[in-house]
Amino acid sequence: MSRIGTIARRTFLVGSVAIAGGVAFGYYQYRKPHANPLLDELGEGEAALTPWVQINADKITLITPHSDLGQGAASMQAMLLAEELDLEFGQFEISPGVPSPAYYNTALADEGVPFNSHDHSFPADAMRGILGVVVKIMGVQGTGGSTSVPDSFDKLRTAGAVARETLKKAASEKSGINTTALKTASGKVILPDGTEYSYQELAPIAAGIEPVTRVKLREPSEWRLIGKEVQRLDILAKSTGTQTYGIDLEMDGMVHAAVKVNPRQGGALNSYDASAAEGMRGVLKIVEVTNGVAVVADNTWRAFQAAEAITFDWGPAPYPADMDGHWAEVANSFVEERLDAEWRNDGDVATALASGQSVEAEYRAPYVAHQPLEPLNALVLMEGGRVDIWVGHQFPRFAQQKVAEVAGIDPEAVHFHQQFSGGSFGHRLEFENITLATEIAMQMPGTPVKLTFTREEDFAHDYPRQIGMARGVGRVKDGKVDAIDLQVATVSSTDSQIARLGQSAPPGADTQIAAGAWNQPFAVPNFRFRAYKVPPLSPTSSWRSVGASSQGFFASAFLDELIHAAGADPLEERLRLCNHDIARKVLETVGDMSSWGTDPGENRGRGLGFVDSFGVPVAEVVEVTNTGDGIRIDKVFVAADVGRVVDPVNFDNHVKGGVVWGLGHAMNCEITYADGMAEQANYFDHEGMRLHQCPEIVVKGLENASRIRGIGEPPVPPAAPALAAAIFDATGIRLREMPFNKFVDFV
Amino acid sequence: MKLNVNGKVHDVDVEEDMPLLWVLRDELKIKGVKFGCGVAACGACTVHLDGMAVRSCQTFAGDVGEAEITTIEGMGTPDAMHAVQQAWVEHQVAQCGYCQSGQIMQAASLLAENPVPTDADIDDAMSGNLCRCGTYPRIRAAVKTAAARLKEA
Repeated sequence: MSRIGTIARRTFLVGSVAIAGGVAFGYYQYRKPHANPLLDELGEGEAALTPWVQINADKITLITPHSDLGQGAASMQAMLLAEELDLEFGQFEISPGVPSPAYYNTALADEGVPFNSHDHSFPADAMRGILGVVVKIMGVQGTGGSTSVPDSFDKLRTAGAVARETLKKAASEKSGINTTALKTASGKVILPDGTEYSYQELAPIAAGIEPVTRVKLREPSEWRLIGKEVQRLDILAKSTGTQTYGIDLEMDGMVHAAVKVNPRQGGALNSYDASAAEGMRGVLKIVEVTNGVAVVADNTWRAFQAAEAITFDWGPAPYPADMDGHWAEVANSFVEERLDAEWRNDGDVATALASGQSVEAEYRAPYVAHQPLEPLNALVLMEGGRVDIWVGHQFPRFAQQKVAEVAGIDPEAVHFHQQFSGGSFGHRLEFENITLATEIAMQMPGTPVKLTFTREEDFAHDYPRQIGMARGVGRVKDGKVDAIDLQVATVSSTDSQIARLGQSAPPGADTQIAAGAWNQPFAVPNFRFRAYKVPPLSPTSSWRSVGASSQGFFASAFLDELIHAAGADPLEERLRLCNHDIARKVLETVGDMSSWGTDPGENRGRGLGFVDSFGVPVAEVVEVTNTGDGIRIDKVFVAADVGRVVDPVNFDNHVKGGVVWGLGHAMNCEITYADGMAEQANYFDHEGMRLHQCPEIVVKGLENASRIRGIGEPPVPPAAPALAAAIFDATGIRLREMPFNKFVDFV
Repeated sequence: MKLNVNGKVHDVDVEEDMPLLWVLRDELKIKGVKFGCGVAACGACTVHLDGMAVRSCQTFAGDVGEAEITTIEGMGTPDAMHAVQQAWVEHQVAQCGYCQSGQIMQAASLLAENPVPTDADIDDAMSGNLCRCGTYPRIRAAVKTAAARLKEA
């Protein structure tokens, strides 16, 4: 039996169950079965079964519980199931299913960590750290931390294989022919004489037999879909305006709501005057919500207009009103009392720094907003003791819990309907749209209420990426990097998120303050890394690539400064220091792709960034031209190793998107507070990257790593340091603070 | 007032200053046109008025008059796509897809006016349409493919 087969038998016991007119294939939890609310009639030990594959007379439905935020998770999950089940795209429907404990523990239990527990290599520890945070924060079915592929890869192929083998067994019972003589293809079991049984016609038989749980997964050479260029399931809908997002939902009798909540986040509503709004056309109701007021109207725009007509007296912000106060708190955090952890202390840093040429630098990373293009929204109906909510969210189970708390009902009475999201980048990990919509709906029982945030409201209540600083001291010797003492201080987005969940911070250090910096694959002889936790300021949250988005910049950029001081080549010196074969190949590959070492040309520069985050080493080379009118980014080369590229088209698109995300925000974006309020109100203040600034991007996915990993976040962190290095190469200007457009112009 | 949308005349009872975006989405339930920013900063709400791309969030309903309004639904359907939509499928441009209706409408307007756009023309025409997922490299490629296909037709 293959390794996968062994894992499947040990951890993924899979069962089947009869459903109305058909069969559903799913998982047993091993160790701790959860009661399954859907299948109460089952006997003990079968209770945790939850379907991934449902087949009845009408159709085949594949359940894809990881949320699709635009990253293609639904299509990827369906591909893994369809690969083993021998289905073609077009032969099945997909459904996000309902939130259920059965979808999570298999994913996030210790066994879910994609490394052997005895493996203490640096990516193993890094990944466990990430998942540790994920588990601590979510503890439940969740989408985040670039875990959808690693979580799904074995599980869903196993589920597909179990369904296939059980259908073959059903066909064997029907035909009397041994299963070993049966084949499957395109949704059918095929007998030796060519007779075909469709899965649908076999479903009633499959429902009545013991499922086959010992399955052998196919070898990569046999794959039809994985690793091949396939058309994403949602691409047609998304090219024709027919994809429905949460914001598009309609329901009979539905009303439209807008909110205005104290823009000083967490501040109180002292008083308000809604008299001007009350008589406005279409206004149905004006109600108070936590720290604000909601307008309900017969049209979204009328609700927006009326909300705008209300005047407010807002209470103060429960954090420093201005940026000077925020930065002072960060700068004051490099002290023993605020030390979160000393993550590493190799060699003898103190002695090494006592002599020779030293380099010192200080770096800053600002607050940055998520602002996916679909504004926050939620549709809620409260009726007859139950609440239904339709929304796109990364944590369905927590969303359910939040609604239950607001409505004062059991979570079981909250029916969550997952929607496709118009982007997230971490924004849909939060709950304000959900709790506010529930508060409004509670005041209008029986009426479906759709809350839509204006872009301004969305900006005002975005919980941005953490603010942070780094202080580095290093020494170079004999043309080599000899010592690094790097200290990072950031607020803890983990703690901020956990506090909003009503939980206390988990014990132990916050891995995200150190992510992308302490665990890089470079054997600097003397290396110390200390992480300091800044006391809570304004609320922050996970932003695409989380801690590594700022700490990866600090670490990669400081290493670049030291290499320059040593007079060494940025690629050669990293290769000399590199102590990890997978990372080395990534660096060598990007060097080859970019013709590293050749003359970039007049007024041009080339820079290298490397960050390993989420267990994925990514190297990026950025090429720029100093045009005289500003810096132009010409081209970016990216090499990344995820172990296995499941969907090459989506991988390519995702990596490019991550580069655009990393570059655009490093160049152009920050959230700043004045009088306790975000000064950026709409995209013209914080636009990321637009098409005219977008470089050509060349991507290569490597498959040398032994374990499969996700690509949603890892391309982001190396972009900023690679761009800073390229600008230094072209202009001699060292950029140590984002956004870079405070210091240089971009064309 | 009467509005001609995708070849069909609708009678709507709305304020003169209601943005066309909200007439389409909330009154006529045409959902392919998206709300992104409300201030013409993102382009998600792009539709055509007599073939020309406009931001429907900044176009008053009362100003449309007899102009023919075309939304993404009027460009083509999954079974009968416009050349620009075909190119978008071929290049698998979309990630979250929320901006793509606006991108496609903007691209179609560009190509109607300028069938052989240079890279600079594409940059100029498309830079008002924000894509937070960063699909720009595929948008550029798809515009070029659509241009070639329209030229053949």
